[in-house]
Amino acid sequence: MRTSWSYPKVASTVGAVILGIVWLVPLLWAVSTSLKPEPETTRTPITWLPEAPTVDAYRSVVDQGDLIRWFLNSSVVAVLVTALTLLVSVLAAYGFSRTEFPGRRLLFGLMIAGILVPPQVLIVPLFQEMTSLGLVDTYWGIVLPQVVAPVMVFVLKKFFDGVSRDYEDAARVDGASRWRIVWSVMAPMSRPILVAVGIFTFIGAWNNFLWPFIVTTDPSMMTIPVGLANVQGSYGLRYAQIMASAVLGGLPLLIVYALFQRQVIRGVGDAGIKG
Amino acid sequence: MAVQTPTRATAGAPTRSARPETGQPWKERWAGLFFVAPFLVLFAVFLLWPTFSGLWNSFFNTSLSGIKGEFLGLQNWREMFNDPAVWSSLRNTLVFTAMSTPPLVVIALVMALLANRKGLLGWLLRFSYFAPFVLPATVVSLIWVWIYQPGFGLVNGLLTAGGFAEIDWLNTENRAMLAVVITTVWWTVGFNFLLYLAALQGIPAQVYEAAAIDGANGRQQLFRITLPLLSRTTGLIVVLQLVASLMIFDQIYLMTDGGPNYATRPIVQYIYQNGFTNYRIGYASAISYLFFVIIVIISVLQFKLFSGRKEARG
Repeated sequence: MRTSWSYPKVASTVGAVILGIVWLVPLLWAVSTSLKPEPETTRTPITWLPEAPTVDAYRSVVDQGDLIRWFLNSSVVAVLVTALTLLVSVLAAYGFSRTEFPGRRLLFGLMIAGILVPPQVLIVPLFQEMTSLGLVDTYWGIVLPQVVAPVMVFVLKKFFDGVSRDYEDAARVDGASRWRIVWSVMAPMSRPILVAVGIFTFIGAWNNFLWPFIVTTDPSMMTIPVGLANVQGSYGLRYAQIMASAVLGGLPLLIVYALFQRQVIRGVGDAGIKG
Repeated sequence: MAVQTPTRATAGAPTRSARPETGQPWKERWAGLFFVAPFLVLFAVFLLWPTFSGLWNSFFNTSLSGIKGEFLGLQNWREMFNDPAVWSSLRNTLVFTAMSTPPLVVIALVMALLANRKGLLGWLLRFSYFAPFVLPATVVSLIWVWIYQPGFGLVNGLLTAGGFAEIDWLNTENRAMLAVVITTVWWTVGFNFLLYLAALQGIPAQVYEAAAIDGANGRQQLFRITLPLLSRTTGLIVVLQLVASLMIFDQIYLMTDGGPNYATRPIVQYIYQNGFTNYRIGYASAISYLFFVIIVIISVLQFKLFSGRKEARG
């Protein structure tokens, strides 16, 4: 790599930084607003930074709201969706990649066709089904439909197809069962893609709005995105509090992302491009 | 470009049918089914069944109470084709898709070219470009409704500071969709950016070294090497983006509730309103199916175009 500072290089660095700042401004503006005392938020001309920063807005949001409950619900839902999706998808991907059984091709084709069905068109019949199963306003009602992820199975199957059969044959010779092979040979070898699939499933489940919005009516069963949708109305026009709850609602995933950025990027590469 | 098609290991398994399990006792022959069974059960219950029961419902006058209404035949379908709200919400959906897709592809590409560098700066750029994508729709909407606020919102603050008249973005018919598009681009461009970044990092350095030896300057390298090598990724991103944009609902519902005067209401919201506000399950199902058919047609067309081009390129 050349390290000399040519004109295009400087220009692209400046451009990159400006774009980065533009992209962060809405987030910083939300944080800044959340730290202002209420009267300052609606003052014109606008102030970029709070003149006397205060965490009052955060305190009242936490005290008065169901935010902690929603936080807990989102955690339970996201963890369950991620764990079950990984479990079920890894098994299915292994089955489709490495075993033979009558109807395998047909079932795989059916699953691929399932990728075409957008969740948005299923909300009405799925809600009816949940009503008759008695799963409205339950964790399982929120979780189970999200576990069905044909794309994940497809991506994992493609990855497993690329893993040499030699490892598996060696384990078989040593007397390992197929179950053992899945968890002690295939899963460890596909760790990077499993981590990526897991992170994306977690982010998707935490952020999912439409389905939890449809299937929960009781505020105590709502997840953060659904609960927050009611915040604007219930807080009236208290902008510092609205922004404080937005910041609290967004923070956990920003932290998760900051910690796992490398895996996220590598995973997108593995799943999206090379797959 | 380093498109690594997974090579199936052939050693030890000349053909599938010659593998030891086949022709074995019943238990071995069906063993594989146990691995796919948990997925298939959930798939059948939560995807396949609602897909077909939705179609079935569209022929009935069912309300949300769960009691199956009377058989209507094609009446819901006929009503749908004559319902101006179906067409206007479909049009809004297409307008949103047409407005959002080009910037979501182009800006993502520019970001990837800019952020493809090592060190702390690279890390910070990747963080700020992708960070909005991890936020829930509600958080994004709360922030942007605040930013578009007349009077003390950030956008209007900047407009008035620059001597321009302020705009009531979300309550002006011909501005509201633009406002939603801007928010959506900010929120979701990060995913396309990561796809481009991964593709860029897959281009071997030797390609550029060879080009540099041949005297190619930066601009030539960008237009003759980088962009052509990214064309397959661009195809993939366009395919994914078009379908994702067609399904728009969350941020519109949260930011404008489809308004003002239904100017931003997308088809998914019209389905939602018929099903859950008007309790017309049958009618909502018919519209769902129309939408589903449109998505499938667009996906298949894109896939044809996309795979056709790949064949043409050899």
